[in-house]
Amino acid sequence: MASNPMYQFNVYRIGPEIKLGSVDISFTNASLFMVISSLAILIIFNLGAKKKTLIPDKLQLLSELSYTFVAKMISDTAGSKAKPYFSFIFSLFMFVLFCNMFGMIPYAFTVTSHIIVTFVLAAFIFIGVTIIGFMKHGLGYLKLFVPSGVPMVLLPLIVVIEIISYLSRPISLSVRLFANMMAGHTMMKVFGGFVISLGIVGGWLPLSFSVALTGLEILVAFLQAYVFAILTCIYLNDALNLHH
Amino acid sequence: MLKKIIILVFVTCFACFNTIFAAESGGMPQLNPEFWISQIFWLIITFGILFIVLTKVILPKISDNLETRKSQILENIETADKQKEESQKKIDEYEKIILESKIKAKNYFNDAREKILEDINKKRAALEKDINEEISSTENELSEFKKSSGEKVTKIAAETSAELIKELIGEGVNSSSIAAIVEDQAKINKERKDVI
Repeated sequence: MASNPMYQFNVYRIGPEIKLGSVDISFTNASLFMVISSLAILIIFNLGAKKKTLIPDKLQLLSELSYTFVAKMISDTAGSKAKPYFSFIFSLFMFVLFCNMFGMIPYAFTVTSHIIVTFVLAAFIFIGVTIIGFMKHGLGYLKLFVPSGVPMVLLPLIVVIEIISYLSRPISLSVRLFANMMAGHTMMKVFGGFVISLGIVGGWLPLSFSVALTGLEILVAFLQAYVFAILTCIYLNDALNLHH
Repeated sequence: MLKKIIILVFVTCFACFNTIFAAESGGMPQLNPEFWISQIFWLIITFGILFIVLTKVILPKISDNLETRKSQILENIETADKQKEESQKKIDEYEKIILESKIKAKNYFNDAREKILEDINKKRAALEKDINEEISSTENELSEFKKSSGEKVTKIAAETSAELIKELIGEGVNSSSIAAIVEDQAKINKERKDVI
């Protein structure tokens, strides 16, 4: 069973079964890694924010660079109006990044390789952005579906397409992250299995592949967190600054 | 119409779930809904706590740090600019002083030179005067001596020629006539010399 490349995505209960009414909310390995990621973020950034020195030490530099990185990302994509949402996007980016990165440790569980987790995040973003859009612009937010400069003949078609693309945002956002993480980890597991099955004679090729894939996956882990955060910024930009 | 749509939605949902469960049984644990609620629950809790702590505690500290650093750096730059200006002033003053002292030194030097030159000129003039006097006196002496020597020579020549004639002829010749002859001869000689 362990050689099954999908086995690593299994969720199992750790500790006793907790039930809220009839709903099972037991603490699982997925929950464990969510807690670990959050704690790691909190510890690192708390240590980084603790000292107030003119010349920052390593952790302080790390936290401050992340801060300015996310701040720049938001101001570049969504403008200055998005400043109140900075802390949310920062936590989102860090959470996804740390979950992805912790998933890279062997035998660890990748929280973001589960569609339900990414979908909840994406759905929350989608609903939140929609609410912000309607609060800022009222019914004028519906103009988002009517691009300017489109011939009247094409307008019904364009509106339908725009609505579909808008509604598919949470799905594309969640599936992008989930599929990337799942595919990468599955591939690494498959190549790892080849190393074992080909043995000492032929195992070197898949082993080198595995090494290369590890580097690639670390890149993908960062990139997907970045894409997740920047797409959130872009959706937020649509809601805050109605361009169409 | 509405009924049709509702039925369609149900059918597609059913098909989706069917395929999802088929995939799950095919080996995708992600599509097993057994722990979905648990995952959502823990996601909300952990992410909520993370978000709240970051927003309330950590991020303000970091932005505070960045702000204070920025302001401190700006302050430092300001003071550095001030000090730079001051040092520029000091440098200007210093250069001014140096220039003035240079001019002064030049003046001193020129004065001293002039004095020395004057002194030298005076001394030289005095010396030249002395030398000229000496030269003129010597020249006078020389010319006098020349004159007197010429006369003496003619005298000696006259006497000698008189003695010679006496010895040769045996009788004395008028000394004045001999003197006249000698003088004539000397004149001729002189003229010859002058011509030559």
